[in-house]
Amino acid sequence: MNAYIPVLLFIVIAIAFPLITFVFAWILRAGRYDPIKLEPYECGNPITSEAHDYRFSVRYYLIAVLFVVFDVETVFLFPWAVMFRKLALFGFVEMLVFIGILVVGYVYAWRRGALQWV
Amino acid sequence: MTWFLVHFAEIVFYSLAAVALAGAVGVIAFRSPVHAALSLLGTFLAVAGVFVLMQAEFLAAVQVLVYAGGVMVLFLFVIMLVKARDIPDEPQYVRRLVPAAVGLGALLAALVGVGIWAASGGLPADGAALRMVAGAPLGNTEAVGWSLYRDYLLPFEVVSIVLLVAMIGAIVMGRKESGRGGAA
Repeated sequence: MNAYIPVLLFIVIAIAFPLITFVFAWILRAGRYDPIKLEPYECGNPITSEAHDYRFSVRYYLIAVLFVVFDVETVFLFPWAVMFRKLALFGFVEMLVFIGILVVGYVYAWRRGALQWV
Repeated sequence: MTWFLVHFAEIVFYSLAAVALAGAVGVIAFRSPVHAALSLLGTFLAVAGVFVLMQAEFLAAVQVLVYAGGVMVLFLFVIMLVKARDIPDEPQYVRRLVPAAVGLGALLAALVGVGIWAASGGLPADGAALRMVAGAPLGNTEAVGWSLYRDYLLPFEVVSIVLLVAMIGAIVMGRKESGRGGAA
């Protein structure tokens, strides 16, 4: 458990730094309020509409799902990789089957143009 | 001070559990979907901390990578795609959800209960039995690998089918929308 002391220290600093920054900003700021200050920053241009007035392409979702799927696939590679020598040929074939099944989905995604941003 | 050191693990556990529960309450209490998602992120990270406390370092890393990373991105994308104000805010809509919520809650409680009942009987308390292979102690990730790729071969291969179905399902649903909308 002692190995986690640096991690704990990291978390404490990561929380303390923004807190201290906020406290300093709260002490030092002028406190003049204006409705314009609450608007999103648009490089100095006046805001024409709200972000939600536009419809976003469903492709964002598609890309996110594909990301999560390949993310999970990668997660399964880590415990396999650290035990690669002990699992020997059996583990290698096992992983080939696993990746082989997922390659079917990958080829399907590629053929259907899901990886392209049209 | 000695009390603090003796009960350090308990203090950390109850702090993390409190953060996890507060985050879960926040998910349903916040009106803004983005605030609810960020609240869920707090729960994910607290659960990762609980995994570390249980010496399941691999699960903790996966929890941060997949849930706090990938799944959270997915949630935020969905919030971006769906206009929050399109969701009806009427009492009868919420009332219709009550039976579903009660049913799901009972199911979840039953599952957790069975899980605790099964775990308190059969499994070794500290997983020590899993950590020895050929007389050599294993790290957590190595122990997971050894167990997953030898004892749980079939569930592991089934996972790839589940991932394949998720991938193809997402593509089919995504393409349907763009096909209806004309040239894609």
